[in-house]
Amino acid sequence: MLKLEKRPQPSRLWTWVTPLLAVVITMLAGGALFAALGKDPVEAIATIFWQPLFGEFAFYYRPQLLIKGAPLILIAIGLSLGFRAGIWNIGAEGQYIVGALTGAGVGLAFYPTESVLIFPLMVLAGALGGWAWAMIPAVLKLRFGTNEILVSLMLVYVAEQLLAAMALGPMKNPEGMGFPGSRNLRQYESAHNAELITGTGMHWGVVAAFIAVIFAYVLLTRHSLGYHIRLTGQAPRAARFAGVRPARLVLVCLGTAGALAGLAGMFEVSGPAGQVSIDFNVGYGFTAIIVAFLGRLHPLGILLAGLLMALTYIGGEIAQSNMGLPAAAIQLFQGMLLFFLLAVDVLTNYRIRLARREVA
Amino acid sequence: MKLTHLLTSAALALGLATTAVAQDKTKVGFIYVGPIGDGGWTYEHDKGRLAIEEHFGDQVETVYQESVPEGADAERAITQMALQGADLIFTTSFGFMEPTVAVAEKFPNVKFEHATGYKTLPNLSTYSARFYEGRAVQGHIAGKMTKSNIVGYIASFPIPEVIRGINAAYLHAKKVNPEIEFKIIWAYTWFDPAKEADAATALIEQGADVILQHTDSTAPQAAAEKAGNVITFGQASDMAEYKPLPRVSSIIDNWSPYYIARTQAVIDGTWESQQVWQGIDKGMVEIGEITDAVPADVKDEALALKQAMAEGEYHPFTGPINRQDGSAWLAEGEVADDGTLLGMDFYVEGISGQIPN
Repeated sequence: MLKLEKRPQPSRLWTWVTPLLAVVITMLAGGALFAALGKDPVEAIATIFWQPLFGEFAFYYRPQLLIKGAPLILIAIGLSLGFRAGIWNIGAEGQYIVGALTGAGVGLAFYPTESVLIFPLMVLAGALGGWAWAMIPAVLKLRFGTNEILVSLMLVYVAEQLLAAMALGPMKNPEGMGFPGSRNLRQYESAHNAELITGTGMHWGVVAAFIAVIFAYVLLTRHSLGYHIRLTGQAPRAARFAGVRPARLVLVCLGTAGALAGLAGMFEVSGPAGQVSIDFNVGYGFTAIIVAFLGRLHPLGILLAGLLMALTYIGGEIAQSNMGLPAAAIQLFQGMLLFFLLAVDVLTNYRIRLARREVA
Repeated sequence: MKLTHLLTSAALALGLATTAVAQDKTKVGFIYVGPIGDGGWTYEHDKGRLAIEEHFGDQVETVYQESVPEGADAERAITQMALQGADLIFTTSFGFMEPTVAVAEKFPNVKFEHATGYKTLPNLSTYSARFYEGRAVQGHIAGKMTKSNIVGYIASFPIPEVIRGINAAYLHAKKVNPEIEFKIIWAYTWFDPAKEADAATALIEQGADVILQHTDSTAPQAAAEKAGNVITFGQASDMAEYKPLPRVSSIIDNWSPYYIARTQAVIDGTWESQQVWQGIDKGMVEIGEITDAVPADVKDEALALKQAMAEGEYHPFTGPINRQDGSAWLAEGEVADDGTLLGMDFYVEGISGQIPN
């Protein structure tokens, strides 16, 4: 009979093996799912994981991996700081939207002035917007003891309404014949978050994501703040004895997460998306939660997880279009990834022992 | 910078060339905003795709991608279809406009067709249907059938197409029932059964006994059936499973003739960029069967109205019509021009409430 035995300490080896194991199990279960739908499972899995990287049109898909992965990584890095300290910001999607709105707002306000200062100002505004939106749950938590999970999540819906209002009202393109949606920032040079090198997909948001990864790595391993964050997550009581001020940590973690999510939104709206539209947000803020956990809340892990997630998105789209797989099957496939990760996580904290059945 | 740009274009061109040689079938792609099983908007577009397959058989191959988010993801989905060698791509939602324009600029040899938008290129056409003609028929039936004189309207997004529908329905309800009142809920979605059901329930609780919808699911029909004594109309698709009550009629978008014609044009090499807006006359808008729940005289009037529009004798926006603020829009006998209709961002006189912005 199999028996689970708690490990004295979480296994370091399994911490890193479980995500890979989860990917493999997802491939198997996903393959079974695709086979049940009457598609060739090997071809489907190969399409999802191989085509974007090495297929015929990889020259187009590889840059798309960066474009799709960058906002996920940027947001997940911010979230991971809070998650490590037990501060649960579920509302990154809202902070992403507000950052996009403030960033785009600055750009649109200057239209059609051309200046090299406009884009940096938009970056600043985007970060501030996201930060301010995240400060709402932070301050409410500190002043009134509200639950940041609920407040930050609810604020996503508020942000979505705000987005719709902006796309239909103040930010609506005056030349858009009454249709909703702002001017296209990609056609406004000073505000356009263009590719830095054509054909690489490398835009400022990708650069920011890489900087965030490095910054978070240094913070967590070298800086006392990083130590405090880790300590609070692992042993809240000990952290208090060590002089950690929980209030400050809440402000820092939520604020950083908000600012990074806001940046991600700003880079997206001024680049790949191009305009403030009612359906601007597509769930990066929520998917980033998966990315953060898949990456073990570790900056490098998040980098890899973000790219993996982007791969399943892009490969999934190819599989849909080329093989006629339904969109829901792809979403299910992605959902399985988190599901199996959480399931195999048990191996990190427990070991499986063969136990002899005891005779009663 | 220049060199890499050249390389990319070369690679793109190469990609196109190889796929063009590799196949002699004409490949037609579809980008859908919802799932093909939505029972409404996307379902009808997909019926058009299947009609192409049936009509052309082995001559044509079709591909599609469903539930594509409007925005940056759409651009990739469309690009991916163009890369895979599609000769003609239909993007079937207003929100795909900017992405379609961006991709069309990169693939001058691929033909694009965008539904319900207003931007065109030499290789990008737009097409839409005069759904408002169907709304006029709905309004007429609604005005005659309501007992509470309250008509509930589930609107999607405050864009001209939707506002036009509200105005057309209201004008024709008012014509036969001066007491009529419209209650409008903006759902901010094209397809979300849960939200649509909530909206329908809220409207019924406010006394509406007719529900009109500009959203694509059958959830409002189900909500009306549950409430009882409420009538509805199929939207985009016939929604026949709710016949004879609550669904008493429907507006059906029939894209098949257009899709077949445009595919034929690509095969023949006669495709040209155009802006098309067809109505009941060309069969792009159909009125689904009016059930026996509607009194015979009302049904006859509704069919006569439909006939008049089909023959071009009657335009649903014929003056005198005032704007909501009371200012004159159309004088006696004057007919609205397409430009104003396409950009319509105001209610007509008598509708209460504001268009959200």
